[in-house]
Amino acid sequence: MKICVTASNSGLEASVDPHFGRCKYFVLVDSKSMEFESIENGQGSASGGAGVQAAQQVIGKGIDVLITGSVGPNAFSLLSSEGIEMKIFSSGSVIEAIRAYEFGSLESIDSANSPGKSKM
Amino acid sequence: MKIAIASGKGGTGKTTVAVNLALALGNAQLLDCDVEEPNCNLFLGFDLEKQEDVTITVPEVDSEKCSLCGKCAEFCQYNAIAKLSSSIMLFPKLCHGCGGCVLVCPENAITEEKRSIGIIEKGTDEHFNIELLQGTLNIGEPMASPVIRQLQAHIDESTVAIVDSPPGTACPVIASVAEMDYCVLVTEPTPFGLNDLALMVDLVRQLDVQFGVVINRHGIGDARVEDYCRAERIPILMKIPNDREIAVLYSKGIPFVEQMPLWKENFRELYRYICKFISYQGGF
Repeated sequence: MKICVTASNSGLEASVDPHFGRCKYFVLVDSKSMEFESIENGQGSASGGAGVQAAQQVIGKGIDVLITGSVGPNAFSLLSSEGIEMKIFSSGSVIEAIRAYEFGSLESIDSANSPGKSKM
Repeated sequence: MKIAIASGKGGTGKTTVAVNLALALGNAQLLDCDVEEPNCNLFLGFDLEKQEDVTITVPEVDSEKCSLCGKCAEFCQYNAIAKLSSSIMLFPKLCHGCGGCVLVCPENAITEEKRSIGIIEKGTDEHFNIELLQGTLNIGEPMASPVIRQLQAHIDESTVAIVDSPPGTACPVIASVAEMDYCVLVTEPTPFGLNDLALMVDLVRQLDVQFGVVINRHGIGDARVEDYCRAERIPILMKIPNDREIAVLYSKGIPFVEQMPLWKENFRELYRYICKFISYQGGF
Protein backbone atom coordinates (compact mmCIF):
# COMPACT_ATOMS: atom_id res chain seq x y z
CA MET A 1 0.00 0.00 0.00
CA LYS A 2 1.28 3.46 -0.89
CA ILE A 3 0.85 6.08 1.85
CA CYS A 4 1.45 9.79 1.35
CA VAL A 5 2.30 11.93 4.37
CA THR A 6 2.50 15.73 4.09
CA ALA A 7 5.74 16.93 5.66
CA SER A 8 7.76 20.07 6.26
CA ASN A 9 10.94 18.37 5.03
CA SER A 10 12.08 15.25 3.17
CA GLY A 11 12.52 11.81 4.75
CA LEU A 12 10.81 9.66 7.36
CA GLU A 13 12.00 11.70 10.32
CA ALA A 14 10.57 14.96 8.98
CA SER A 15 7.71 16.46 10.94
CA VAL A 16 4.22 16.28 9.50
CA ASP A 17 2.99 19.49 7.83
CA PRO A 18 -0.70 19.78 8.70
CA HIS A 19 -1.72 21.77 5.58
CA PHE A 20 -2.27 19.53 2.58
CA GLY A 21 -2.34 22.03 -0.29
CA ARG A 22 0.52 24.18 0.92
CA CYS A 23 2.82 21.64 2.59
CA LYS A 24 6.51 21.62 1.66
CA TYR A 25 6.96 17.92 0.88
CA PHE A 26 5.01 14.79 0.17
CA VAL A 27 6.71 11.72 1.63
CA LEU A 28 5.46 8.60 -0.20
CA VAL A 29 5.96 5.42 1.76
CA ASP A 30 5.42 1.80 0.73
CA SER A 31 3.94 0.34 3.90
CA LYS A 32 5.28 -3.19 3.22
CA SER A 33 8.90 -2.49 2.36
CA MET A 34 9.06 0.92 4.10
CA GLU A 35 10.81 2.22 1.00
CA PHE A 36 10.08 5.90 0.60
CA GLU A 37 10.34 8.80 -1.81
CA SER A 38 10.14 12.52 -0.91
CA ILE A 39 8.77 14.91 -3.51
CA GLU A 40 8.48 18.66 -3.27
CA ASN A 41 5.05 20.26 -3.46
CA GLY A 42 5.45 22.29 -6.64
CA GLN A 43 2.53 24.62 -5.88
CA GLY A 44 3.04 25.32 -2.19
CA SER A 45 3.02 29.04 -2.83
CA ALA A 46 0.44 29.19 -5.66
CA SER A 47 -1.88 32.17 -5.29
CA GLY A 48 -4.92 29.96 -5.69
CA GLY A 49 -5.83 26.35 -6.31
CA ALA A 50 -2.82 24.95 -4.45
CA GLY A 51 -4.95 22.09 -3.16
CA VAL A 52 -6.08 21.18 -6.69
CA GLN A 53 -2.48 20.96 -7.88
CA ALA A 54 -1.29 19.08 -4.82
CA ALA A 55 -4.10 16.54 -5.19
CA GLN A 56 -3.25 15.95 -8.85
CA GLN A 57 0.41 15.54 -7.95
CA VAL A 58 -0.21 12.79 -5.38
CA ILE A 59 -2.99 11.14 -7.40
CA GLY A 60 -0.45 10.89 -10.22
CA LYS A 61 1.81 8.95 -7.84
CA GLY A 62 -0.87 6.32 -7.36
CA ILE A 63 -1.32 6.68 -3.61
CA ASP A 64 -3.91 4.72 -1.60
CA VAL A 65 -3.80 6.70 1.65
CA LEU A 66 -3.15 10.35 2.51
CA ILE A 67 -2.14 11.36 6.03
CA THR A 68 -2.31 15.11 6.74
CA GLY A 69 -3.86 17.65 9.09
CA SER A 70 -6.49 19.26 6.93
CA VAL A 71 -7.81 19.08 3.37
CA GLY A 72 -9.66 21.89 1.60
CA PRO A 73 -12.89 21.41 -0.34
CA ASN A 74 -11.41 21.28 -3.86
CA ALA A 75 -8.68 18.81 -2.95
CA PHE A 76 -11.19 16.74 -0.99
CA SER A 77 -13.44 16.38 -4.07
CA LEU A 78 -10.51 15.19 -6.16
CA LEU A 79 -9.02 12.80 -3.61
CA SER A 80 -12.34 11.26 -2.62
CA SER A 81 -13.44 10.73 -6.22
CA GLU A 82 -10.23 8.74 -6.76
CA GLY A 83 -11.10 6.66 -3.69
CA ILE A 84 -8.10 7.77 -1.65
CA GLU A 85 -8.41 7.18 2.08
CA MET A 86 -7.69 10.38 4.08
CA LYS A 87 -6.53 10.35 7.71
CA ILE A 88 -5.77 13.06 10.28
CA PHE A 89 -2.36 13.32 11.92
CA SER A 90 -1.10 16.79 12.66
CA SER A 91 1.85 16.63 15.03
CA GLY A 92 4.76 14.22 15.03
CA SER A 93 7.08 12.73 12.43
CA VAL A 94 6.28 10.95 9.18
CA ILE A 95 7.28 7.58 10.59
CA GLU A 96 5.10 8.14 13.67
CA ALA A 97 2.19 8.94 11.38
CA ILE A 98 2.70 5.70 9.45
CA ARG A 99 2.86 3.66 12.68
CA ALA A 100 -0.27 5.34 14.03
CA TYR A 101 -2.05 4.55 10.76
CA GLU A 102 -1.05 0.91 10.88
CA PHE A 103 -2.10 0.71 14.51
CA GLY A 104 -5.51 1.98 13.33
CA SER A 105 -5.60 4.97 15.65
CA LEU A 106 -6.06 7.73 13.08
CA GLU A 107 -9.40 9.42 12.46
CA SER A 108 -10.72 9.62 8.92
CA ILE A 109 -11.33 12.87 7.06
CA ASP A 110 -14.90 12.43 5.81
CA SER A 111 -15.41 15.93 4.48
CA ALA A 112 -13.23 18.95 3.81
CA ASN A 113 -11.87 20.09 7.17
CA SER A 114 -10.20 23.28 6.02
CA PRO A 115 -12.06 26.18 4.40
CA GLY A 116 -9.62 26.36 1.49
CA LYS A 117 -9.34 29.68 -0.27
CA SER A 118 -11.98 29.48 -2.95
CA LYS A 119 -14.84 28.95 -0.47
CA MET A 120 -16.69 26.51 -2.69
CA MET B 1 -13.50 63.47 -15.68
CA LYS B 2 -13.11 60.28 -13.67
CA ILE B 3 -12.07 60.49 -10.03
CA ALA B 4 -11.50 57.48 -7.78
CA ILE B 5 -11.82 57.75 -4.02
CA ALA B 6 -9.54 55.13 -2.48
CA SER B 7 -7.60 54.29 0.68
CA GLY B 8 -5.44 51.44 1.80
CA LYS B 9 -7.17 51.24 5.15
CA GLY B 10 -10.86 50.48 5.49
CA GLY B 11 -13.15 52.82 7.40
CA THR B 12 -11.22 56.01 6.71
CA GLY B 13 -14.12 57.73 4.98
CA LYS B 14 -13.99 56.80 1.28
CA THR B 15 -17.75 56.55 1.01
CA THR B 16 -18.22 59.77 2.98
CA VAL B 17 -15.91 61.66 0.61
CA ALA B 18 -17.34 60.00 -2.52
CA VAL B 19 -20.99 60.65 -1.66
CA ASN B 20 -20.43 64.20 -0.44
CA LEU B 21 -18.25 65.11 -3.41
CA ALA B 22 -20.80 63.77 -5.90
CA LEU B 23 -23.64 65.62 -4.15
CA ALA B 24 -21.68 68.86 -3.88
CA LEU B 25 -21.00 68.81 -7.62
CA GLY B 26 -24.43 67.62 -8.75
CA ASN B 27 -25.07 66.37 -12.27
CA ALA B 28 -22.53 63.62 -11.58
CA GLN B 29 -22.30 59.85 -11.65
CA LEU B 30 -21.42 58.05 -8.44
CA LEU B 31 -20.15 54.50 -8.94
CA ASP B 32 -20.05 52.23 -5.92
CA CYS B 33 -17.20 49.90 -6.87
CA ASP B 34 -16.93 48.36 -3.40
CA VAL B 35 -18.91 45.45 -4.84
CA GLU B 36 -18.35 43.12 -1.90
CA GLU B 37 -20.11 45.57 0.40
CA PRO B 38 -21.64 48.49 -1.53
CA ASN B 39 -22.82 51.12 0.93
CA CYS B 40 -23.15 54.49 -0.87
CA ASN B 41 -26.89 54.00 -1.05
CA LEU B 42 -27.14 53.94 2.75
CA PHE B 43 -26.62 57.71 2.52
CA LEU B 44 -28.82 58.23 -0.54
CA GLY B 45 -31.73 55.80 -0.25
CA PHE B 46 -32.37 55.67 -4.00
CA ASP B 47 -34.68 53.08 -5.52
CA LEU B 48 -32.27 50.96 -7.51
CA GLU B 49 -33.21 49.18 -10.70
CA LYS B 50 -31.32 46.18 -11.96
CA GLN B 51 -29.55 46.88 -15.24
CA GLU B 52 -27.87 43.58 -15.99
CA ASP B 53 -26.13 40.48 -14.72
CA VAL B 54 -22.35 40.31 -14.63
CA THR B 55 -21.19 37.05 -16.14
CA ILE B 56 -17.85 35.39 -16.64
CA THR B 57 -17.19 32.51 -18.97
CA VAL B 58 -16.25 29.14 -17.55
CA PRO B 59 -15.37 25.94 -19.41
CA GLU B 60 -17.66 22.98 -19.89
CA VAL B 61 -16.19 19.65 -20.94
CA ASP B 62 -17.99 17.26 -23.28
CA SER B 63 -17.03 13.91 -21.74
CA GLU B 64 -17.93 12.07 -24.97
CA LYS B 65 -15.25 13.97 -26.88
CA CYS B 66 -12.68 14.25 -24.06
CA SER B 67 -9.72 11.88 -24.42
CA LEU B 68 -8.38 12.68 -20.91
CA CYS B 69 -5.10 13.97 -22.38
CA GLY B 70 -4.91 16.50 -19.53
CA LYS B 71 -3.64 19.40 -21.68
CA CYS B 72 -6.35 21.71 -20.29
CA ALA B 73 -5.38 20.96 -16.67
CA GLU B 74 -1.72 21.43 -17.48
CA PHE B 75 -2.41 24.75 -19.18
CA CYS B 76 -4.64 26.32 -16.51
CA GLN B 77 -2.58 28.74 -14.42
CA TYR B 78 -5.36 29.06 -11.84
CA ASN B 79 -5.73 25.32 -11.16
CA ALA B 80 -9.40 25.47 -12.13
CA ILE B 81 -9.19 22.19 -14.08
CA ALA B 82 -7.96 18.88 -12.72
CA LYS B 83 -7.50 15.59 -14.54
CA LEU B 84 -8.58 12.46 -12.72
CA SER B 85 -8.18 8.85 -13.88
CA SER B 86 -11.56 8.75 -15.60
CA SER B 87 -12.83 12.32 -15.73
CA ILE B 88 -11.99 16.01 -15.77
CA MET B 89 -13.04 17.97 -12.70
CA LEU B 90 -13.74 21.71 -12.93
CA PHE B 91 -13.52 24.32 -10.18
CA PRO B 92 -15.51 27.26 -11.62
CA LYS B 93 -14.67 29.62 -8.76
CA LEU B 94 -10.95 29.36 -9.50
CA CYS B 95 -11.54 30.11 -13.22
CA HIS B 96 -10.51 33.56 -14.48
CA GLY B 97 -12.29 33.02 -17.80
CA CYS B 98 -9.20 33.33 -20.01
CA GLY B 99 -10.42 30.70 -22.49
CA GLY B 100 -6.99 29.09 -22.82
CA CYS B 101 -8.30 25.58 -22.12
CA VAL B 102 -10.63 25.87 -25.13
CA LEU B 103 -7.65 26.69 -27.36
CA VAL B 104 -5.34 23.92 -26.14
CA CYS B 105 -7.92 21.10 -26.22
CA PRO B 106 -6.99 18.91 -29.22
CA GLU B 107 -10.41 17.21 -29.22
CA ASN B 108 -12.50 20.40 -29.27
CA ALA B 109 -14.24 19.01 -26.22
CA ILE B 110 -14.36 22.28 -24.26
CA THR B 111 -16.93 25.01 -24.75
CA GLU B 112 -17.46 28.18 -22.72
CA GLU B 113 -20.58 28.76 -20.70
CA LYS B 114 -21.66 31.96 -18.99
CA ARG B 115 -21.87 32.04 -15.21
CA SER B 116 -23.45 34.95 -13.31
CA ILE B 117 -21.31 36.34 -10.48
CA GLY B 118 -23.09 39.60 -9.68
CA ILE B 119 -25.41 42.40 -10.79
CA ILE B 120 -25.31 46.06 -11.82
CA GLU B 121 -28.02 48.40 -10.52
CA LYS B 122 -28.81 52.04 -11.16
CA GLY B 123 -30.81 54.70 -9.40
CA THR B 124 -31.45 58.41 -9.78
CA ASP B 125 -33.23 60.96 -7.70
CA GLU B 126 -34.53 64.37 -8.69
CA HIS B 127 -33.73 65.97 -5.35
CA PHE B 128 -30.09 64.87 -5.29
CA ASN B 129 -29.46 65.27 -9.04
CA ILE B 130 -26.90 62.49 -9.28
CA GLU B 131 -26.94 59.01 -10.77
CA LEU B 132 -25.86 56.10 -8.57
CA LEU B 133 -24.46 52.98 -10.23
CA GLN B 134 -23.89 50.08 -7.91
CA GLY B 135 -22.24 46.72 -8.47
CA THR B 136 -22.93 43.79 -6.17
CA LEU B 137 -20.90 40.61 -6.15
CA ASN B 138 -22.92 37.49 -5.34
CA ILE B 139 -22.28 36.05 -1.88
CA GLY B 140 -19.51 33.44 -1.92
CA GLU B 141 -17.98 34.63 -5.19
CA PRO B 142 -14.25 35.35 -4.93
CA MET B 143 -13.64 37.60 -7.96
CA ALA B 144 -14.75 41.22 -7.64
CA SER B 145 -12.80 42.70 -10.56
CA PRO B 146 -15.12 41.61 -13.42
CA VAL B 147 -18.07 43.29 -11.66
CA ILE B 148 -16.04 46.47 -11.19
CA ARG B 149 -14.93 46.55 -14.84
CA GLN B 150 -18.48 46.04 -16.09
CA LEU B 151 -19.74 48.73 -13.71
CA GLN B 152 -17.15 51.18 -15.04
CA ALA B 153 -18.31 50.48 -18.59
CA HIS B 154 -21.37 52.57 -17.59
CA ILE B 155 -19.27 55.70 -17.08
CA ASP B 156 -20.54 58.61 -19.14
CA GLU B 157 -17.32 60.33 -20.30
CA SER B 158 -19.15 63.63 -20.87
CA THR B 159 -19.90 64.07 -17.17
CA VAL B 160 -18.08 63.73 -13.83
CA ALA B 161 -17.77 60.20 -12.51
CA ILE B 162 -16.88 59.65 -8.86
CA VAL B 163 -15.74 56.10 -8.12
CA ASP B 164 -15.97 54.78 -4.56
CA SER B 165 -13.24 52.10 -4.41
CA PRO B 166 -13.04 49.07 -2.18
CA PRO B 167 -10.47 49.18 0.65
CA GLY B 168 -7.05 47.56 0.44
CA THR B 169 -4.49 47.47 -2.35
CA ALA B 170 -5.43 44.22 -4.12
CA CYS B 171 -6.95 43.42 -7.54
CA PRO B 172 -10.39 45.02 -6.94
CA VAL B 173 -8.70 48.31 -6.01
CA ILE B 174 -6.50 48.19 -9.12
CA ALA B 175 -9.61 47.48 -11.25
CA SER B 176 -11.30 50.52 -9.66
CA VAL B 177 -8.42 53.00 -9.92
CA ALA B 178 -6.36 52.05 -13.00
CA GLU B 179 -8.42 53.91 -15.65
CA MET B 180 -9.11 57.03 -13.59
CA ASP B 181 -7.94 60.58 -14.33
CA TYR B 182 -7.25 61.26 -10.66
CA CYS B 183 -7.28 59.40 -7.37
CA VAL B 184 -8.18 60.90 -3.98
CA LEU B 185 -6.61 58.92 -1.15
CA VAL B 186 -8.60 59.21 2.06
CA THR B 187 -6.71 58.55 5.25
CA GLU B 188 -6.88 59.22 8.96
CA PRO B 189 -4.03 60.71 11.01
CA THR B 190 -3.19 57.50 12.86
CA PRO B 191 -0.30 55.01 12.54
CA PHE B 192 -2.65 52.55 10.78
CA GLY B 193 -3.84 55.27 8.45
CA LEU B 194 -0.27 56.23 7.58
CA ASN B 195 0.88 52.65 7.04
CA ASP B 196 -1.91 51.87 4.61
CA LEU B 197 -1.67 55.26 2.92
CA ALA B 198 1.97 54.55 2.09
CA LEU B 199 0.99 51.18 0.55
CA MET B 200 -1.67 52.92 -1.52
CA VAL B 201 0.78 55.62 -2.66
CA ASP B 202 3.08 52.87 -3.97
CA LEU B 203 0.15 51.43 -5.88
CA VAL B 204 -1.13 54.62 -7.54
CA ARG B 205 2.42 55.59 -8.48
CA GLN B 206 2.83 52.27 -10.26
CA LEU B 207 -0.52 52.74 -11.98
CA ASP B 208 0.66 56.22 -13.02
CA VAL B 209 -2.54 57.88 -11.77
CA GLN B 210 -2.26 61.42 -10.34
CA PHE B 211 -3.30 61.65 -6.71
CA GLY B 212 -3.72 63.73 -3.58
CA VAL B 213 -4.72 63.08 0.02
CA VAL B 214 -7.78 63.89 2.09
CA ILE B 215 -7.24 63.59 5.84
CA ASN B 216 -10.45 62.62 7.59
CA ARG B 217 -11.09 62.95 11.33
CA HIS B 218 -8.33 65.52 11.46
CA GLY B 219 -7.41 66.34 15.07
CA ILE B 220 -7.11 62.79 16.34
CA GLY B 221 -3.82 60.86 16.25
CA ASP B 222 -0.63 62.67 15.33
CA ALA B 223 1.07 64.71 12.58
CA ARG B 224 2.92 61.86 10.90
CA VAL B 225 0.53 61.63 7.93
CA GLU B 226 1.11 65.32 7.19
CA ASP B 227 4.88 64.94 7.66
CA TYR B 228 4.82 62.00 5.26
CA CYS B 229 2.85 63.92 2.62
CA ARG B 230 5.21 66.86 2.88
CA ALA B 231 8.28 64.65 2.55
CA GLU B 232 6.77 62.79 -0.43
CA ARG B 233 5.47 66.02 -2.02
CA ILE B 234 1.92 64.77 -2.02
CA PRO B 235 -0.76 67.49 -2.00
CA ILE B 236 -3.15 67.47 0.96
CA LEU B 237 -6.42 68.35 -0.73
CA MET B 238 -8.67 68.65 2.29
CA LYS B 239 -8.81 68.08 6.04
CA ILE B 240 -12.15 67.00 7.44
CA PRO B 241 -12.13 67.67 11.20
CA ASN B 242 -13.12 65.12 13.81
CA ASP B 243 -16.32 67.09 14.29
CA ARG B 244 -19.34 66.11 16.35
CA GLU B 245 -21.89 67.57 13.93
CA ILE B 246 -20.40 65.61 11.02
CA ALA B 247 -20.38 62.44 13.11
CA VAL B 248 -24.01 62.88 14.17
CA LEU B 249 -25.15 63.42 10.57
CA TYR B 250 -23.13 60.37 9.50
CA SER B 251 -24.74 58.24 12.20
CA LYS B 252 -28.15 59.23 10.83
CA GLY B 253 -27.12 58.40 7.27
CA ILE B 254 -27.26 62.05 6.16
CA PRO B 255 -24.48 63.27 3.82
CA PHE B 256 -23.08 66.27 5.67
CA VAL B 257 -22.91 68.59 2.62
CA GLU B 258 -26.72 68.53 2.70
CA GLN B 259 -26.78 70.32 6.06
CA MET B 260 -23.46 72.15 6.08
CA PRO B 261 -23.32 74.48 3.03
CA LEU B 262 -19.73 75.48 3.77
CA TRP B 263 -18.66 71.91 3.11
CA LYS B 264 -20.52 71.83 -0.19
CA GLU B 265 -18.30 74.72 -1.23
CA ASN B 266 -15.18 72.97 0.14
CA PHE B 267 -15.87 69.89 -1.95
CA ARG B 268 -16.45 72.04 -5.06
CA GLU B 269 -13.14 73.73 -4.39
CA LEU B 270 -11.49 70.31 -4.12
CA TYR B 271 -12.90 69.43 -7.54
CA ARG B 272 -11.72 72.70 -9.07
CA TYR B 273 -8.25 72.05 -7.70
CA ILE B 274 -8.20 68.58 -9.31
CA CYS B 275 -9.37 69.98 -12.66
CA LYS B 276 -6.71 72.67 -12.59
CA PHE B 277 -4.06 70.18 -11.61
CA ILE B 278 -4.95 67.79 -14.43
CA SER B 279 -5.16 70.50 -17.08
CA TYR B 280 -1.77 71.75 -15.90
CA GLN B 281 -0.47 68.23 -16.43
CA GLY B 282 -1.89 68.31 -19.97
CA GLY B 283 -4.60 65.76 -19.24
CA PHE B 284 -7.39 67.82 -20.82
